[in-house]
Amino acid sequence: MNGRILAATTGRILRQLRHDRRTVALLVVVPSVLLTLVYFMYVDQPAPPGGPSTFDRVALIMLGFFPFIIMFLVTSIAMLRERTTGTLERLLTTPLGKLDLLFGYGIAFGLAGVLQSTVSSVVAYRVFGLETAGSAWLVVLIAGVNAVLAVALGLFCSAFARTEFQAVQFMPVVVAPQLLLCGLFVPRDQMAGWLQAVSDALPLSYAVEALQEVGAHAEPTATMWRDVAIVAGAAVAALVLAAATLRRRSG
Amino acid sequence: MDDAVSVRELVVDRGGRRVLHGISCGVPRGTVTGLLGPSGSGKTTLMRAVVGVQTVGSGAVDVLGRPAGSADLRRRVGYLTQAPSVYADLTVRENARYFAVLQGRGRAEADRAVADVGLATAADQLVGTLSGGQRSRASLACALVGEPELVVLDEPTVGQDPVLRADLWARFHAMAANGTTLLVSSHVMDEAARCDRLLLIREGRLVADDTPAAVRAATGTDDLEEAFLRLIRDAEGETR
Repeated sequence: MNGRILAATTGRILRQLRHDRRTVALLVVVPSVLLTLVYFMYVDQPAPPGGPSTFDRVALIMLGFFPFIIMFLVTSIAMLRERTTGTLERLLTTPLGKLDLLFGYGIAFGLAGVLQSTVSSVVAYRVFGLETAGSAWLVVLIAGVNAVLAVALGLFCSAFARTEFQAVQFMPVVVAPQLLLCGLFVPRDQMAGWLQAVSDALPLSYAVEALQEVGAHAEPTATMWRDVAIVAGAAVAALVLAAATLRRRSG
Repeated sequence: MDDAVSVRELVVDRGGRRVLHGISCGVPRGTVTGLLGPSGSGKTTLMRAVVGVQTVGSGAVDVLGRPAGSADLRRRVGYLTQAPSVYADLTVRENARYFAVLQGRGRAEADRAVADVGLATAADQLVGTLSGGQRSRASLACALVGEPELVVLDEPTVGQDPVLRADLWARFHAMAANGTTLLVSSHVMDEAARCDRLLLIREGRLVADDTPAAVRAATGTDDLEEAFLRLIRDAEGETR
Protein backbone atom coordinates (compact mmCIF):
# COMPACT_ATOMS: atom_id res chain seq x y z
CA MET A 1 0.00 0.00 0.00
CA ASN A 2 1.06 3.58 -0.69
CA GLY A 3 -0.21 6.43 1.50
CA ARG A 4 -0.48 9.02 -1.27
CA ILE A 5 -2.32 6.65 -3.59
CA LEU A 6 -4.65 5.45 -0.84
CA ALA A 7 -5.48 9.06 0.12
CA ALA A 8 -6.03 10.04 -3.52
CA THR A 9 -8.29 7.01 -4.07
CA THR A 10 -10.34 7.74 -0.95
CA GLY A 11 -10.63 11.39 -2.04
CA ARG A 12 -11.63 10.39 -5.55
CA ILE A 13 -14.46 8.14 -4.31
CA LEU A 14 -15.75 10.83 -1.92
CA ARG A 15 -15.58 13.40 -4.74
CA GLN A 16 -17.67 11.12 -6.97
CA LEU A 17 -20.20 10.84 -4.16
CA ARG A 18 -20.23 14.62 -3.65
CA HIS A 19 -21.06 15.21 -7.31
CA ASP A 20 -24.06 12.92 -6.88
CA ARG A 21 -26.18 15.14 -4.63
CA ARG A 22 -29.30 13.01 -4.88
CA THR A 23 -27.46 9.94 -3.59
CA VAL A 24 -26.04 11.96 -0.69
CA ALA A 25 -29.52 13.26 0.16
CA LEU A 26 -30.97 9.74 0.06
CA LEU A 27 -28.12 8.38 2.20
CA VAL A 28 -28.72 11.01 4.85
CA VAL A 29 -32.51 11.25 4.85
CA VAL A 30 -33.87 7.74 4.22
CA PRO A 31 -32.77 6.16 7.55
CA SER A 32 -34.40 8.98 9.49
CA VAL A 33 -37.65 8.57 7.57
CA LEU A 34 -37.59 4.83 8.30
CA LEU A 35 -36.92 5.52 11.97
CA THR A 36 -40.02 7.73 11.98
CA LEU A 37 -42.00 4.75 10.71
CA VAL A 38 -40.53 2.51 13.39
CA TYR A 39 -41.35 5.11 16.03
CA PHE A 40 -45.03 5.30 15.11
CA MET A 41 -45.27 1.51 14.79
CA TYR A 42 -44.19 0.99 18.40
CA VAL A 43 -45.20 4.22 20.13
CA ASP A 44 -48.35 2.72 21.69
CA GLN A 45 -46.87 -0.70 22.49
CA PRO A 46 -46.49 -1.24 26.23
CA ALA A 47 -42.89 -1.67 27.42
CA PRO A 48 -42.10 -5.20 28.64
CA PRO A 49 -41.54 -5.23 32.42
CA GLY A 50 -37.92 -4.52 33.37
CA GLY A 51 -36.67 -4.18 29.79
CA PRO A 52 -36.24 -1.25 27.40
CA SER A 53 -39.31 -0.08 25.50
CA THR A 54 -39.90 -1.90 22.23
CA PHE A 55 -39.00 1.24 20.26
CA ASP A 56 -35.70 1.61 22.12
CA ARG A 57 -34.85 -2.04 21.50
CA VAL A 58 -35.70 -1.99 17.77
CA ALA A 59 -34.42 1.50 16.95
CA LEU A 60 -31.02 0.77 18.50
CA ILE A 61 -30.55 -2.23 16.21
CA MET A 62 -31.86 -0.28 13.21
CA LEU A 63 -29.17 2.38 13.76
CA GLY A 64 -26.59 -0.32 13.09
CA PHE A 65 -28.56 -2.01 10.34
CA PHE A 66 -29.27 0.97 8.04
CA PRO A 67 -25.60 1.71 7.18
CA PHE A 68 -25.02 -2.02 6.76
CA ILE A 69 -27.67 -2.57 4.09
CA ILE A 70 -27.20 0.77 2.31
CA MET A 71 -23.40 0.69 2.14
CA PHE A 72 -23.52 -2.90 0.90
CA LEU A 73 -25.74 -1.88 -2.01
CA VAL A 74 -23.86 1.33 -2.82
CA THR A 75 -20.51 -0.45 -2.83
CA SER A 76 -21.66 -3.40 -4.92
CA ILE A 77 -22.91 -1.06 -7.63
CA ALA A 78 -19.89 1.30 -7.42
CA MET A 79 -17.42 -1.57 -7.80
CA LEU A 80 -19.45 -3.14 -10.59
CA ARG A 81 -19.32 0.20 -12.42
CA GLU A 82 -15.52 0.20 -12.06
CA ARG A 83 -15.53 -3.20 -13.75
CA THR A 84 -17.99 -2.49 -16.55
CA THR A 85 -16.66 0.96 -17.52
CA GLY A 86 -13.09 -0.30 -17.78
CA THR A 87 -11.71 1.97 -15.07
CA LEU A 88 -10.80 -1.06 -12.95
CA GLU A 89 -8.73 -2.59 -15.74
CA ARG A 90 -7.05 0.74 -16.30
CA LEU A 91 -6.33 1.22 -12.59
CA LEU A 92 -4.69 -2.19 -12.48
CA THR A 93 -2.24 -1.12 -15.23
CA THR A 94 -1.05 1.73 -12.96
CA PRO A 95 1.13 1.53 -9.83
CA LEU A 96 -2.05 1.46 -7.68
CA GLY A 97 -2.08 -1.58 -5.38
CA LYS A 98 -5.21 -3.71 -5.01
CA LEU A 99 -5.41 -2.90 -1.32
CA ASP A 100 -5.08 0.84 -2.07
CA LEU A 101 -8.30 0.56 -4.05
CA LEU A 102 -10.17 -1.69 -1.61
CA PHE A 103 -9.16 0.19 1.53
CA GLY A 104 -9.94 3.43 -0.32
CA TYR A 105 -13.52 2.20 -0.74
CA GLY A 106 -13.60 0.98 2.87
CA ILE A 107 -12.51 4.36 4.22
CA ALA A 108 -14.61 6.51 1.88
CA PHE A 109 -17.90 4.65 2.29
CA GLY A 110 -17.09 3.99 5.97
CA LEU A 111 -17.00 7.77 6.44
CA ALA A 112 -20.28 8.08 4.53
CA GLY A 113 -21.71 5.45 6.89
CA VAL A 114 -20.54 7.42 9.95
CA LEU A 115 -22.15 10.59 8.57
CA GLN A 116 -25.35 8.68 7.92
CA SER A 117 -25.51 7.07 11.35
CA THR A 118 -24.64 10.36 13.08
CA VAL A 119 -27.65 12.01 11.45
CA SER A 120 -29.99 9.11 12.20
CA SER A 121 -28.69 8.87 15.79
CA VAL A 122 -29.36 12.55 16.37
CA VAL A 123 -32.90 12.02 15.09
CA ALA A 124 -33.40 8.90 17.20
CA TYR A 125 -32.11 10.43 20.44
CA ARG A 126 -33.35 14.01 20.09
CA VAL A 127 -36.62 13.66 18.19
CA PHE A 128 -37.85 10.24 19.28
CA GLY A 129 -36.30 10.16 22.76
CA LEU A 130 -34.27 6.98 22.29
CA GLU A 131 -32.71 6.00 25.61
CA THR A 132 -29.55 3.93 26.00
CA ALA A 133 -27.55 3.38 29.18
CA GLY A 134 -24.28 3.88 27.24
CA SER A 135 -23.03 6.73 25.07
CA ALA A 136 -24.56 7.62 21.71
CA TRP A 137 -21.03 7.95 20.32
CA LEU A 138 -20.50 4.24 20.87
CA VAL A 139 -23.62 3.63 18.77
CA VAL A 140 -22.13 5.76 15.98
CA LEU A 141 -18.80 3.93 16.30
CA ILE A 142 -20.45 0.51 15.98
CA ALA A 143 -22.57 1.72 13.06
CA GLY A 144 -19.39 3.00 11.37
CA VAL A 145 -17.57 -0.31 11.79
CA ASN A 146 -20.70 -2.01 10.48
CA ALA A 147 -20.63 0.23 7.40
CA VAL A 148 -17.02 -0.79 6.70
CA LEU A 149 -18.03 -4.45 7.02
CA ALA A 150 -20.83 -3.87 4.51
CA VAL A 151 -18.41 -2.17 2.09
CA ALA A 152 -16.01 -5.09 2.37
CA LEU A 153 -18.77 -7.64 1.72
CA GLY A 154 -20.05 -5.54 -1.19
CA LEU A 155 -16.59 -5.39 -2.78
CA PHE A 156 -16.21 -9.13 -2.41
CA CYS A 157 -19.68 -9.99 -3.77
CA SER A 158 -19.38 -7.63 -6.75
CA ALA A 159 -16.68 -9.94 -8.11
CA PHE A 160 -19.38 -12.56 -8.69
CA ALA A 161 -21.80 -10.28 -10.52
CA ARG A 162 -21.52 -9.35 -14.18
CA THR A 163 -24.53 -7.05 -14.30
CA GLU A 164 -26.40 -4.71 -11.97
CA PHE A 165 -29.31 -7.19 -11.97
CA GLN A 166 -27.04 -9.86 -10.52
CA ALA A 167 -25.38 -7.45 -8.11
CA VAL A 168 -28.62 -6.40 -6.43
CA GLN A 169 -29.60 -10.09 -6.00
CA PHE A 170 -26.68 -10.46 -3.61
CA MET A 171 -28.43 -8.08 -1.24
CA PRO A 172 -31.09 -10.59 -0.08
CA VAL A 173 -28.49 -13.38 -0.13
CA VAL A 174 -25.99 -11.60 2.10
CA VAL A 175 -28.12 -9.19 4.11
CA ALA A 176 -31.45 -10.94 4.77
CA PRO A 177 -30.12 -14.00 6.67
CA GLN A 178 -28.00 -11.76 8.86
CA LEU A 179 -30.99 -9.55 9.69
CA LEU A 180 -33.27 -12.54 10.42
CA LEU A 181 -30.77 -14.27 12.68
CA CYS A 182 -29.16 -11.28 14.41
CA GLY A 183 -31.44 -11.45 17.44
CA LEU A 184 -33.89 -8.71 16.50
CA PHE A 185 -36.88 -10.99 15.84
CA VAL A 186 -36.07 -13.90 18.16
CA PRO A 187 -33.45 -13.55 20.91
CA ARG A 188 -30.42 -15.59 19.91
CA ASP A 189 -30.47 -17.74 23.06
CA GLN A 190 -34.05 -18.82 22.28
CA MET A 191 -33.25 -20.09 18.77
CA ALA A 192 -32.78 -23.75 17.85
CA GLY A 193 -29.19 -24.86 18.35
CA TRP A 194 -28.34 -25.04 14.66
CA LEU A 195 -29.79 -21.59 14.03
CA GLN A 196 -27.70 -20.25 16.88
CA ALA A 197 -24.63 -21.83 15.28
CA VAL A 198 -25.42 -20.10 11.97
CA SER A 199 -26.05 -16.84 13.80
CA ASP A 200 -22.70 -17.21 15.58
CA ALA A 201 -20.99 -17.38 12.19
CA LEU A 202 -22.61 -14.18 10.87
CA PRO A 203 -20.78 -10.92 11.65
CA LEU A 204 -23.95 -8.78 11.96
CA SER A 205 -24.92 -10.80 15.07
CA TYR A 206 -21.88 -9.36 16.86
CA ALA A 207 -22.67 -5.81 15.80
CA VAL A 208 -26.19 -6.22 17.19
CA GLU A 209 -24.87 -7.70 20.44
CA ALA A 210 -22.44 -4.77 20.77
CA LEU A 211 -25.33 -2.32 20.31
CA GLN A 212 -27.39 -4.17 22.92
CA GLU A 213 -24.46 -3.92 25.33
CA VAL A 214 -24.43 -0.14 24.81
CA GLY A 215 -28.18 -0.12 25.40
CA ALA A 216 -27.89 -1.97 28.74
CA HIS A 217 -24.63 -0.73 30.28
CA ALA A 218 -23.47 2.79 31.14
CA GLU A 219 -19.81 1.99 30.46
CA PRO A 220 -18.45 0.10 27.43
CA THR A 221 -18.19 -3.59 28.36
CA ALA A 222 -15.54 -6.14 27.46
CA THR A 223 -18.17 -8.03 25.46
CA MET A 224 -18.87 -4.89 23.42
CA TRP A 225 -15.20 -4.34 22.58
CA ARG A 226 -14.79 -8.02 21.72
CA ASP A 227 -17.82 -7.79 19.39
CA VAL A 228 -16.50 -4.62 17.73
CA ALA A 229 -13.16 -6.35 17.19
CA ILE A 230 -14.90 -9.36 15.60
CA VAL A 231 -16.87 -7.13 13.20
CA ALA A 232 -13.72 -5.17 12.29
CA GLY A 233 -11.79 -8.44 11.82
CA ALA A 234 -14.52 -9.79 9.54
CA ALA A 235 -14.33 -6.57 7.52
CA VAL A 236 -10.56 -6.86 7.04
CA ALA A 237 -10.92 -10.57 6.14
CA ALA A 238 -13.56 -9.70 3.51
CA LEU A 239 -11.31 -6.95 2.07
CA VAL A 240 -8.42 -9.38 1.74
CA LEU A 241 -10.74 -11.93 0.10
CA ALA A 242 -11.94 -9.19 -2.25
CA ALA A 243 -8.31 -8.45 -3.15
CA ALA A 244 -7.93 -12.09 -4.15
CA THR A 245 -10.79 -11.66 -6.64
CA LEU A 246 -9.05 -8.76 -8.42
CA ARG A 247 -6.98 -10.07 -11.30
CA ARG A 248 -4.55 -7.88 -13.17
CA ARG A 249 -4.77 -10.29 -16.10
CA SER A 250 -8.00 -11.61 -17.58
CA GLY A 251 -9.15 -13.60 -20.59
CA MET B 1 17.20 0.03 -33.77
CA ASP B 2 16.19 -1.72 -30.56
CA ASP B 3 12.58 -2.45 -29.92
CA ALA B 4 10.45 -1.03 -27.10
CA VAL B 5 8.06 -3.95 -27.59
CA SER B 6 8.94 -7.33 -28.93
CA VAL B 7 6.30 -10.01 -29.45
CA ARG B 8 7.31 -13.60 -30.19
CA GLU B 9 4.96 -16.37 -31.34
CA LEU B 10 2.07 -14.92 -29.33
CA VAL B 11 -0.99 -17.14 -29.14
CA VAL B 12 -4.13 -15.95 -27.36
CA ASP B 13 -7.48 -17.69 -26.97
CA ARG B 14 -10.57 -15.79 -25.82
CA GLY B 15 -13.92 -17.40 -25.13
CA GLY B 16 -12.77 -20.73 -26.59
CA ARG B 17 -11.75 -19.12 -29.88
CA ARG B 18 -8.19 -18.48 -31.07
CA VAL B 19 -7.80 -14.73 -31.47
CA LEU B 20 -4.06 -14.43 -32.12
CA HIS B 21 -2.32 -17.18 -34.10
CA GLY B 22 1.37 -16.95 -33.18
CA ILE B 23 2.12 -13.30 -33.90
CA SER B 24 5.73 -12.07 -33.92
CA CYS B 25 6.52 -8.38 -34.33
CA GLY B 26 8.39 -5.45 -32.85
CA VAL B 27 7.75 -1.79 -32.08
CA PRO B 28 10.93 0.30 -32.50
CA ARG B 29 11.69 2.89 -29.80
CA GLY B 30 10.83 6.50 -30.50
CA THR B 31 8.42 5.77 -33.33
CA VAL B 32 4.70 5.98 -33.93
CA THR B 33 3.74 2.46 -34.93
CA GLY B 34 0.26 1.94 -36.30
CA LEU B 35 -1.63 -1.26 -35.57
CA LEU B 36 -4.17 -1.51 -38.35
CA GLY B 37 -6.82 -4.00 -39.18
CA PRO B 38 -10.56 -4.44 -39.37
CA SER B 39 -12.76 -4.68 -36.31
CA GLY B 40 -12.37 -8.11 -34.72
CA SER B 41 -8.91 -8.73 -36.16
CA GLY B 42 -7.23 -8.96 -32.74
CA LYS B 43 -5.85 -5.42 -32.37
CA THR B 44 -7.23 -4.86 -28.89
CA THR B 45 -6.14 -8.32 -27.73
CA LEU B 46 -2.58 -7.67 -28.94
CA MET B 47 -2.56 -4.31 -27.15
CA ARG B 48 -3.89 -5.86 -23.95
CA ALA B 49 -1.09 -8.42 -24.13
CA VAL B 50 1.48 -5.61 -24.50
CA VAL B 51 0.04 -3.79 -21.48
CA GLY B 52 0.00 -7.07 -19.54
CA VAL B 53 -3.70 -7.40 -18.78
CA GLN B 54 -4.36 -10.23 -21.25
CA THR B 55 -4.00 -13.88 -20.26
CA VAL B 56 -1.84 -15.38 -22.99
CA GLY B 57 -1.81 -18.99 -24.21
CA SER B 58 1.81 -19.20 -25.33
CA GLY B 59 4.60 -17.02 -26.66
CA ALA B 60 6.30 -14.04 -25.06
CA VAL B 61 5.85 -10.27 -24.95
CA ASP B 62 8.75 -8.10 -23.76
CA VAL B 63 8.17 -4.43 -23.03
CA LEU B 64 11.09 -2.04 -22.41
CA GLY B 65 13.29 -5.04 -21.73
CA ARG B 66 10.97 -6.65 -19.16
CA PRO B 67 8.20 -9.25 -19.48
CA ALA B 68 4.87 -7.50 -20.19
CA GLY B 69 2.87 -6.87 -17.03
CA SER B 70 5.91 -6.59 -14.74
CA ALA B 71 5.19 -4.40 -11.71
CA ASP B 72 7.89 -1.81 -12.54
CA LEU B 73 6.37 -1.30 -16.02
CA ARG B 74 3.21 0.17 -14.48
CA ARG B 75 4.97 3.56 -14.14
CA ARG B 76 6.49 3.37 -17.61
CA VAL B 77 3.53 2.34 -19.79
CA GLY B 78 0.38 4.38 -20.48
CA TYR B 79 -2.73 2.62 -21.80
CA LEU B 80 -5.80 4.09 -23.45
CA THR B 81 -8.64 1.59 -23.68
CA GLN B 82 -10.98 1.72 -26.64
CA ALA B 83 -14.04 2.68 -24.58
CA PRO B 84 -13.18 5.81 -22.58
CA SER B 85 -12.35 4.55 -19.09
CA VAL B 86 -12.65 7.66 -16.98
CA TYR B 87 -15.07 8.47 -14.18
CA ALA B 88 -18.22 10.03 -15.66
CA ASP B 89 -19.17 11.53 -12.30
CA LEU B 90 -15.91 13.48 -11.93
CA THR B 91 -14.74 16.56 -13.84
CA VAL B 92 -12.02 16.25 -16.48
CA ARG B 93 -9.54 17.92 -14.14
CA GLU B 94 -10.44 15.65 -11.20
CA ASN B 95 -9.94 12.59 -13.39
CA ALA B 96 -6.55 13.83 -14.64
CA ARG B 97 -5.40 14.73 -11.13
CA TYR B 98 -6.34 11.31 -9.78
CA PHE B 99 -4.46 9.44 -12.50
CA ALA B 100 -1.55 11.90 -12.07
CA VAL B 101 -1.19 10.93 -8.40
CA LEU B 102 -1.26 7.22 -9.31
CA GLN B 103 1.72 7.89 -11.60
CA GLY B 104 3.54 9.98 -8.98
CA ARG B 105 2.80 13.31 -10.71
CA GLY B 106 1.19 16.50 -9.45
CA ARG B 107 -1.51 19.01 -10.31
CA ALA B 108 0.62 20.97 -12.77
CA GLU B 109 1.21 17.87 -14.91
CA ALA B 110 -2.50 17.02 -14.73
CA ASP B 111 -3.54 20.47 -15.93
CA ARG B 112 -0.97 20.32 -18.73
CA ALA B 113 -2.22 16.92 -19.88
CA VAL B 114 -5.78 18.28 -20.01
CA ALA B 115 -4.63 21.30 -22.04
CA ASP B 116 -2.58 19.08 -24.36
CA VAL B 117 -5.69 17.19 -25.51
CA GLY B 118 -7.55 20.46 -26.08
CA LEU B 119 -9.87 20.24 -23.09
CA ALA B 120 -8.62 23.27 -21.10
CA THR B 121 -11.94 25.07 -21.51
CA ALA B 122 -13.91 21.97 -20.46
CA ALA B 123 -11.63 21.08 -17.54
CA ASP B 124 -14.27 21.74 -14.89
CA GLN B 125 -17.07 19.93 -16.69
CA LEU B 126 -18.25 16.53 -15.51
CA VAL B 127 -17.05 13.87 -17.95
CA GLY B 128 -20.61 12.51 -18.13
CA THR B 129 -21.77 15.75 -19.78
CA LEU B 130 -19.10 15.72 -22.52
CA SER B 131 -19.49 14.61 -26.13
CA GLY B 132 -18.11 11.21 -27.12
CA GLY B 133 -15.03 12.72 -28.72
CA GLN B 134 -14.31 14.93 -25.71
CA ARG B 135 -14.77 12.00 -23.37
CA SER B 136 -12.24 9.93 -25.25
CA ARG B 137 -9.79 12.86 -25.15
CA ALA B 138 -10.32 13.08 -21.37
CA SER B 139 -9.39 9.42 -21.22
CA LEU B 140 -6.33 10.13 -23.40
CA ALA B 141 -5.20 12.88 -21.02
CA CYS B 142 -5.27 10.33 -18.18
CA ALA B 143 -3.13 7.91 -20.23
CA LEU B 144 -0.52 10.57 -21.04
CA VAL B 145 -0.39 12.34 -17.68
CA GLY B 146 2.41 10.16 -16.31
CA GLU B 147 4.62 10.89 -19.36
CA PRO B 148 5.16 7.16 -19.93
CA GLU B 149 8.00 5.79 -22.07
CA LEU B 150 5.59 3.57 -23.98
CA VAL B 151 2.08 4.70 -24.86
CA VAL B 152 -0.46 2.16 -26.06
CA LEU B 153 -3.51 3.84 -27.58
CA ASP B 154 -6.52 1.83 -28.71
CA GLU B 155 -8.31 3.86 -31.40
CA PRO B 156 -7.61 7.30 -29.88
CA THR B 157 -8.93 9.34 -32.80
CA VAL B 158 -12.36 7.75 -33.30
CA GLY B 159 -15.10 10.38 -33.36
CA GLN B 160 -12.70 13.35 -33.33
CA ASP B 161 -13.19 16.16 -35.80
CA PRO B 162 -10.59 16.35 -38.60
CA VAL B 163 -8.77 19.38 -37.19
CA LEU B 164 -8.43 17.78 -33.76
CA ARG B 165 -7.39 14.51 -35.34
CA ALA B 166 -4.54 16.27 -37.14
CA ASP B 167 -3.58 18.00 -33.86
CA LEU B 168 -3.50 14.69 -32.02
CA TRP B 169 -1.30 13.05 -34.66
CA ALA B 170 1.05 16.05 -34.53
CA ARG B 171 1.23 15.55 -30.75
CA PHE B 172 1.99 11.86 -31.15
CA HIS B 173 4.89 12.66 -33.49
CA ALA B 174 6.19 15.37 -31.15
CA MET B 175 6.17 12.81 -28.33
CA ALA B 176 8.01 10.28 -30.52
CA ALA B 177 10.60 12.93 -31.39
CA ASN B 178 11.23 13.25 -27.65
CA GLY B 179 11.89 9.51 -27.38
CA THR B 180 8.44 8.20 -26.43
CA THR B 181 7.31 5.05 -28.22
CA LEU B 182 3.70 4.96 -29.38
CA LEU B 183 1.63 2.01 -30.48
CA VAL B 184 -1.61 3.33 -31.95
CA SER B 185 -4.45 1.21 -33.30
CA SER B 186 -6.93 2.26 -35.91
CA HIS B 187 -9.33 0.66 -38.34
CA VAL B 188 -9.23 3.68 -40.62
CA MET B 189 -6.71 3.26 -43.41
CA ASP B 190 -6.15 6.98 -44.01
CA GLU B 191 -4.46 7.08 -40.60
CA ALA B 192 -1.94 4.45 -41.68
CA ALA B 193 -0.10 7.04 -43.77
CA ARG B 194 0.55 9.08 -40.62
CA CYS B 195 2.55 6.29 -38.94
CA ASP B 196 6.32 5.67 -39.02
CA ARG B 197 5.72 1.95 -39.17
CA LEU B 198 2.71 -0.25 -39.81
CA LEU B 199 1.58 -3.53 -38.38
CA LEU B 200 -1.26 -4.85 -40.49
CA ILE B 201 -3.27 -7.56 -38.81
CA ARG B 202 -6.21 -9.62 -40.04
CA GLU B 203 -7.99 -12.54 -38.38
CA GLY B 204 -5.29 -12.78 -35.74
CA ARG B 205 -2.40 -13.03 -38.20
CA LEU B 206 0.18 -10.43 -39.14
CA VAL B 207 -0.15 -9.43 -42.81
CA ALA B 208 2.58 -6.78 -42.92
CA ASP B 209 5.22 -5.24 -40.64
CA ASP B 210 6.94 -2.40 -42.49
CA THR B 211 7.02 1.34 -43.21
CA PRO B 212 4.09 2.80 -45.18
CA ALA B 213 6.49 3.55 -48.08
CA ALA B 214 7.73 -0.05 -48.21
CA VAL B 215 4.16 -1.39 -48.09
CA ARG B 216 3.27 0.86 -51.02
CA ALA B 217 6.36 -0.18 -52.96
CA ALA B 218 5.88 -3.89 -52.33
CA THR B 219 2.27 -3.83 -53.53
CA GLY B 220 2.75 -1.34 -56.36
CA THR B 221 0.00 1.05 -55.23
CA ASP B 222 -0.05 4.44 -53.49
CA ASP B 223 -3.38 3.74 -51.83
CA LEU B 224 -2.78 1.95 -48.50
CA GLU B 225 -6.33 0.59 -48.44
CA GLU B 226 -5.71 -1.06 -51.81
CA ALA B 227 -2.25 -2.18 -50.64
CA PHE B 228 -3.80 -3.89 -47.63
CA LEU B 229 -6.28 -5.67 -49.92
CA ARG B 230 -3.48 -6.93 -52.20
CA LEU B 231 -1.45 -8.15 -49.24
CA ILE B 232 -4.43 -10.14 -47.96
CA ARG B 233 -5.08 -11.68 -51.42
CA ASP B 234 -1.39 -12.61 -51.72
CA ALA B 235 -1.40 -14.19 -48.27
CA GLU B 236 -4.56 -16.17 -49.07
CA GLY B 237 -3.13 -17.25 -52.41
CA GLU B 238 -0.09 -18.69 -50.63
CA THR B 239 -2.11 -20.74 -48.18
CA ARG B 240 -4.25 -22.24 -50.92
